[in-house]
Amino acid sequence: MSSIIEILKRNSLLLALVAVMIFFEITIRATGHGSMFSPSNFTNIISQNSYVIILAVGMLFCIIGCGNVDLSVGSIVALVGAIAGVMMVNWETNVYLAIATCLIVGILIGAWQGFWIAYVRIPAFIVTLAGMMLFRGMALLVLDGLTISPFPPEYLRYFTSFIPKARSGAFSLTMVVTIILCAIYLGFSIYSRLNKIKKNYQVEDKTTFIFTLVVVIGALLGSGFLLASNKGIPVILILLTVIVLVYSFFANRTVAGRRLYALGGNEKAAKLSGVNTNFMLFFTYVNMGFLAAVAALVCVARFNSAAPTAGNGYELDAIGACFIGGASAYGGVGTVAGAVIGAVFMGVLNNGMSILGIDANWQRTVKGLVLLFAVVIDVLSKKRVK
Amino acid sequence: MEKTLLEMRNITKRFGKVTALSNVNLKVREGEVHALVGENGAGKSTLMNVLSGIYPYGSYEGDIIFDGNTCEFHGIRDSEEKGIVIIHQELALVPFLSIAENLFLGNERTASWSGKVVDWPRTYKRASELLELVGLHEDPRTLIKDIGVGKQQLVEIAKAIAKNVRLLILDEPTASLNETDSQQLLDLLADFRTKGMTSIIISHKLNEISYIANNITVIRDGSTIETISNENHDVKEDRIIAGMVGRALTDRFPKRETKPSSEVLMEIKNWNVSHPLNHDRKVCDNVSLTIHKGEVVGLSGLMGAGRTELAKSVFGRSYGVNIHGEVYLRGKKVELNTVQKAIDEGLAYVTEDRKGDGLLLAQSITINTTLANLEDVSNHSVLDKDKEALVADDYRQKLNTKTPSVRQLVGNLSGGNQQKVLLAKWMFAHPDVLILDEPTRGIDVGAKYEIYCIINDLVKEGKGVLMISSELPEILGMCDRVYVMNEGKIVAQMPRSEASQESIMSAILKTSDKK
Repeated sequence: MSSIIEILKRNSLLLALVAVMIFFEITIRATGHGSMFSPSNFTNIISQNSYVIILAVGMLFCIIGCGNVDLSVGSIVALVGAIAGVMMVNWETNVYLAIATCLIVGILIGAWQGFWIAYVRIPAFIVTLAGMMLFRGMALLVLDGLTISPFPPEYLRYFTSFIPKARSGAFSLTMVVTIILCAIYLGFSIYSRLNKIKKNYQVEDKTTFIFTLVVVIGALLGSGFLLASNKGIPVILILLTVIVLVYSFFANRTVAGRRLYALGGNEKAAKLSGVNTNFMLFFTYVNMGFLAAVAALVCVARFNSAAPTAGNGYELDAIGACFIGGASAYGGVGTVAGAVIGAVFMGVLNNGMSILGIDANWQRTVKGLVLLFAVVIDVLSKKRVK
Repeated sequence: MEKTLLEMRNITKRFGKVTALSNVNLKVREGEVHALVGENGAGKSTLMNVLSGIYPYGSYEGDIIFDGNTCEFHGIRDSEEKGIVIIHQELALVPFLSIAENLFLGNERTASWSGKVVDWPRTYKRASELLELVGLHEDPRTLIKDIGVGKQQLVEIAKAIAKNVRLLILDEPTASLNETDSQQLLDLLADFRTKGMTSIIISHKLNEISYIANNITVIRDGSTIETISNENHDVKEDRIIAGMVGRALTDRFPKRETKPSSEVLMEIKNWNVSHPLNHDRKVCDNVSLTIHKGEVVGLSGLMGAGRTELAKSVFGRSYGVNIHGEVYLRGKKVELNTVQKAIDEGLAYVTEDRKGDGLLLAQSITINTTLANLEDVSNHSVLDKDKEALVADDYRQKLNTKTPSVRQLVGNLSGGNQQKVLLAKWMFAHPDVLILDEPTRGIDVGAKYEIYCIINDLVKEGKGVLMISSELPEILGMCDRVYVMNEGKIVAQMPRSEASQESIMSAILKTSDKK
């Protein structure tokens, strides 16, 4: 039992998220606004927040690597989106060529900023602040201040469609996929536990193990059921899952990921341990540029238009998600899972308040307070442990 | 002139179990320059911190009698109010403020109508007067960063005078000054003495002390040994050195069974390094040294002699510019252009600054242990975290690191245990040669002994160790051979049988004089 409490303590952010969800669900139902967990709204939350999650993952690496943020991501989203719009709508370029071009532009922008930050050692705050204005200006130039739409359907289907395409059979297919995923997760967990026991490595105790399994499989089945009751699996969810899994793996399990944490934890120590600190720093900003381009592609598809004002304030959503998710402003600390939960947390707040019909001005105010207090609670709880 | 201005009586200061000062007595006459000498760590700075109130009244035993009154200083403000001003080795000036602003920092000249508004004309006028007094001909509007260290030192003195100083304490004032600036500073002190000011000077440069001081108090191992009168400025340096080092070695060092082999493991030839900011200044000047298999080689010298700079520049060019010279490992010439290459070639550098340059304090022991050799706990760049935990636990047991678990954050460990984690990290990198930079700095006697045992085990395995240490007893107790470095040069090399505190100190001091 005590071990379960221990898990809950370690995942206090997740608990807070669940608490907020329950609070909204009760309030929404009580005021007769329907339900937050209606199948269509659940799908909505995923697609509404896809761009924040993608940006938060990139931002997290900047924060881990040097305790610094990238203020320019919103503008990069606008610029890359503008290029996508001009290519696909105005020039009717091949969709795949346009996507590839956009991703390369993102990488080049990242390399441009990374060069100044990592090799010339201009403070990241200044470089990305300049980038924020520079790329916004370029987006306006590319679009000539106009909004471009609509995008070709063969492009949109990669971001906004559902699997399966037909409504009929959506339920059974989604549930089958969900059950297969659960089975894979279960099998993998048991396999790795047995493997550890065989090699005489340390394993977590049985209660903790079973508790974690039950919670994760429960959450998977629940989400799968809600998606199945709507239109099936959103394509964007697959993209998100791939991104989150790949970057989690990178952060947790690879040598390069470990070196990134070392860079943020103590740059001098990392350098004296053989880490190519300049390259790591450069890489985090290249990666940020790449993910900002991905987010841009998602955004233009979702709004079905490329606008010069797109991506306004996205950098702040992404930064907020990372800090709510427990990343340290000093660098070296933070997890991909935390950033994702932070992003969902903000998304749920937005969604819940919108359903309740709360005025947009109030929404902002509340979000500001939540961001502050999430970090305050985190800092205070860590102080008490010391 | 016979009045006693300051008397510190039976001062005892403990840090936990460690006694830093034991029954120290110091008597300073009004109007004299009193020198305080002793080795690094003898307790000079601790004594001055007691005097200035940094260690407040109640945290030490004994009495401070200043100007006839027993004083209880609770902070630096209390002592400054009495006119005791200390100038530290690292100057406490704000680089981007002007000379005048720095002079009156915390002590601003304010307008007559409000104590909160700065009176600039008065500030600059008084600043000019003060600068005149210390012989510094600079515009008080000049920024501190634009004047040299020597002039900054003068600004510090002027700042002390602005506070109506009665007793001026200078900690190593000439350590970073060249000959001319040092001489100017000493003459200024002599000049102030004729005007009745009292000062205490802490210095390693015994020729300067002999030149300026009226009395010399020697501190050793936290006790006052003697006060030598130097009214005629004729005390010989050897006389001071004898007082500083005359101590019998007890068995603070574990016996080593093995003898070094004759096989040369590492050789550095004609190594030159320049200062990264001041390219004309050579921090290593044609340094050559060898390390044999199974040998502990000591590198002795004062702080700032260029030892750490030598080690860092060899270790993947982590310090300095215009580096040239040759490094041979196992008889083969190697180019160690990056840290990774140095590690791959079997070199390890264990830093003197474990918190600043060595450890990730907010990460676990495990993560710190494997950081320099992630290859051995990963397959195709994918970490095997279970193997990692086993490795860390293995080293925890081997080095007897006291911690409940290897998942503990390194920042929560004691200094001695942190040092063990740092050693574990570099042992796991499987080097042939380890450069240990001040391996026992700031850790207690018990942990020191354990570190020495680890060093003995390392050389038993046939590794070579280069030990940089400012503690002479440690060098003498642990090393098979000793190099003495001073001002970027190797000035002496001696086998253990010939090495003694006197021979090392005199090698350093003799070459310092020639400057």
